[in-house]
Order: sequence, then C-alpha cells, then structure tokens
Amino acid sequence: MQTLNILEQPLLDLTWVDLTVAVGLVLIAIGVSGWHRTGLARSFAVGALRTVVQLTLVGYLLVYIFAIDRWYLVVSALFLMLAIASKAAVDRQDSKPAGLFGITGAALLLGSGLTLIYVSVMVVHVDPWYNPRYLIPLFGMILGNAMNAAALAADRLKGEMETRRDEIEAYLALGATSVRAAREPVRRALRASMIPTVNSLMVVGIVSLPGMMTGQIIAGSDPLVAIRYQIVVMFMLGSAVALSAVIVVLGYRRTFFTVAEQLRAKDS
Amino acid sequence: MESRSDTASFELRGVGQVRAGRTVLQDVDVTIPRHLITVLVGPSGGGKTSLLRLLNRLDDPVQGDILFDGRPIVDYAVTDLRRQVALVFQTPVMFPGTVSDNLAVAAELAAGDDGRFDQQASEVMLLAELDPSLLERPGGELSVGQKQRVNLARALMTSPQVLLLDEPTSALDPETARALMKTIGSLSEVRRLTIIVATHRISETKEYAHHALVLRDGRVVESGDSERVLSGLPDPHATSP
Repeated sequence: MQTLNILEQPLLDLTWVDLTVAVGLVLIAIGVSGWHRTGLARSFAVGALRTVVQLTLVGYLLVYIFAIDRWYLVVSALFLMLAIASKAAVDRQDSKPAGLFGITGAALLLGSGLTLIYVSVMVVHVDPWYNPRYLIPLFGMILGNAMNAAALAADRLKGEMETRRDEIEAYLALGATSVRAAREPVRRALRASMIPTVNSLMVVGIVSLPGMMTGQIIAGSDPLVAIRYQIVVMFMLGSAVALSAVIVVLGYRRTFFTVAEQLRAKDS
Repeated sequence: MESRSDTASFELRGVGQVRAGRTVLQDVDVTIPRHLITVLVGPSGGGKTSLLRLLNRLDDPVQGDILFDGRPIVDYAVTDLRRQVALVFQTPVMFPGTVSDNLAVAAELAAGDDGRFDQQASEVMLLAELDPSLLERPGGELSVGQKQRVNLARALMTSPQVLLLDEPTSALDPETARALMKTIGSLSEVRRLTIIVATHRISETKEYAHHALVLRDGRVVESGDSERVLSGLPDPHATSP
C-alpha cells in the first residue's frame, strides 16, 4: 500500500535515543518556569509526557487506520477527534456552564466539518472520499485551530458580558433586544478569536514556516507542491476559525439572557 | 382582574423578589399614580432599585403580579414595555461615541430612522437642560452630572410614558442635584410623564414629589401623599448608608 511505502522510507530516521536527547529542550522550559515560580514547571513536565504518549498512540492508530482503509473507521476517527477537541475547548474555560459543551461541539462540527468537506471535495479532490491520508491530517489542522478559536471566543465573550453588564442592561432598559445589547461583546469576542489567524496569514512564510509544509519538504516533497498545500491550509483555517467562533459566540450569547430579554444574574 | 387603571400607572400586588439569594422585596402592594411624581425613599438596601428593575422588567418578581395601565406587565412585548417605561440608572452609562450617537441608539430602538432625529435630539437636549453644543462631544469626556442628563435625554428619546430614575442625584453635588430635580419636576409638567424617583435624599425631592413610598427591608412601610409621608419622616432615618 502506498501510504505504508512512505512510512517505510524514512529519510533521516529519528530514533528513541534521539528523542531522549530532545527531552533536554523541555528541561530548559521546566527550568525557566521553576526559576521564576510561574507554577508551570509541573504542567510542562506533564504536557511533555502527554505529548509523547498521545502522539505515539496516534501514530500507531494512523498506521492501523491507513492499513485497514475503511470509511467508517475514518469517520469514527474524525468524530472522536471532534469530541476530544470540544471537551478541550470547554475545559479551558474558567466556568463551564451547562450547554457550553453542546454549543462548542456544534460549532466545531459545523465550522470544521463544512471546511473539511469543501477542501476535500472541491479543492484537493480526495479519492476515495474518505482517504485517511488526507482527511485525518487536514481535519487535525482544521480542528486544532477551530478549537483554539472557539475557546478564545467563549472565554472573551464571558469576560465582556461580565465587564459590560451595566452597558448591556442600559441597552435592554431602552428596549433593545439581547442581540442588540450584546453586539459589542460579540464583536470583541469574534475579533479576539480571529486575530491570531489573521496574524498568521500576514506573517506565514516570512516569520513562520508552517509545520505541514516543512514536514512535507523534509519528507521529500516538491517545495512548490508543499507550498500550494500550505496555501489551501491557511485559507481553510480562516474559514474553520471564523465559522466555529461565530457559532460558539452566537450560541453562547443566548445563554446569558432569559426569554424575556433579561440579563441573567451572575451566579446562575 | 379588577384594576384601578383609570388613575394608576402601576399596580403591584403581593410582589416579592429575591436577588442573589436575599429577599429584597416582600408583600409589596402599592399603586403608583399616573402623570405624577412618586418618590421611593428609604435606606440603602431597602429595595428601591429592585423595585424599579421590576417595573422595567429587567427582572421578574418571584411572587405577585405587576399591572401596567391595567394589564399584567408580562402581557406586553418586553421591548415595547421598556420603551414606554424608561429606566435611568444610578450610575450613568454612556454608549460608545458622541452624545448624538447615544441619542441615536435610543431613536433607532424607538422607531427606526424616521427622519426626525435632529428635531427630537434637540428637543430632548432642551428638556434635559443640556447645551446643544454637547451633541458632538464624546460621551466619555462629560462630567458625571452631564452624563446623568444625557442618560435622561436618551431615555426620553423613546417617548416613554413612565420615567424610572434610580438615585439620579447620588453622584452629584447638592447644587447640581437640585438643578436636576428641578428639570425632572418640569418634565412631569411638560410631558405629563409618570415619574418614579428612588432617592435617599429626601430634602431634594420634597418640593417636586406628589406621592411617596417608604421602603424598608423590602417592605412598603408607608405610602400616600408625599407631603404627609415625607413630613413624618425624619431625614436621617432615610439617609443612613
């Protein structure tokens, strides 16, 4: 099978010994964190360990999925990724109101799902439609960015809704709908969630070289093909981020108001 | 439901309210007369703000009924009700932009752009006794007293029948406060508004009030003609923090 051929032809193999040497890099981060008492040293260590375990497991899982090559396995993998991303986005919030998981899940499903379908069907022409070699890495990138955007958007919206309580109630008291009253918090939450993507569009290739492109180039692809893929990736991230953020924000906004257009009390 | 809607603006029947786990209003049964100035007096924490919020439906009571013009308040579309029953908060809130932008928000909510904005804006500026030259000033640059008047003018842009004012003078020096109360007094005459003012500064309101309610610990302990109610009320008892 083609995919396995690629996996069997590493250019410069990275051994487990090489990875052990790489641990030194994490130790530097842990050292800096401990030195200034950021409280992150432990998190760095745990994070590094999780990186090793999670990526290794995913590696084996990908080998398995590529080898079995069944559409339902691929689709299941995509949904599993979606569920994990939704939970991760919600876990990052200081408060986790009931319903936020559902809102985030719906946002990521629609934002990432529609983007993946668009890219795989209309741009890359993936064949067969479920080809895991394309769908899984593409969805991983889409989802990672959409998840960050959704988490940022939800966090910012909550913050804005709290700091602008007086302003929101002043709008409501004049007869504004909750949609009108929350326009500024919504605008700010969307901006906050989309700015990182806009920034990355601005500096890509100059300040940053994206992981996928560098990966392809190191793995021996024609740089011009790698770059075309990267351009598609950058565009699809824009769509995934914008769609996911806007769905999260609009869905989450509703939870701050009662049906009688009243701002809910902070403690409820 | 029997009501005294011919003279009453609001009727409250057995109203109780809880906020943040605390009972803030209990068994409130009162009638608020139309076209008059009613003052709500009593110590801070007595329930004045909570009561005003109910009338604008920023909150709903946990108990009892509220009638507006003889109809249950919940029967009105809430955004329509709020345009008819304007609430001006204790701390003025300025929307982004100029004074004119602030008035435009209210105009847009009231009617959409009906082409009469300039005329309406100068009218409410006049009513709130604000210099029309302030229209183009950014809201953030105004003094607290001016902001309070802009909030008043903004509330008037929706042509309300009722004006609810929560401690409108609390952030003002005595002279500015007296001037604002005078403005409020003339508003009631010029526009025939029903005005409800929550205050703990009785002396400022005495001159303009027609009707008074005394709220203490969430209960109405006295209500009626303001002269009678307020004269029997030693000022210190109402002005405690």
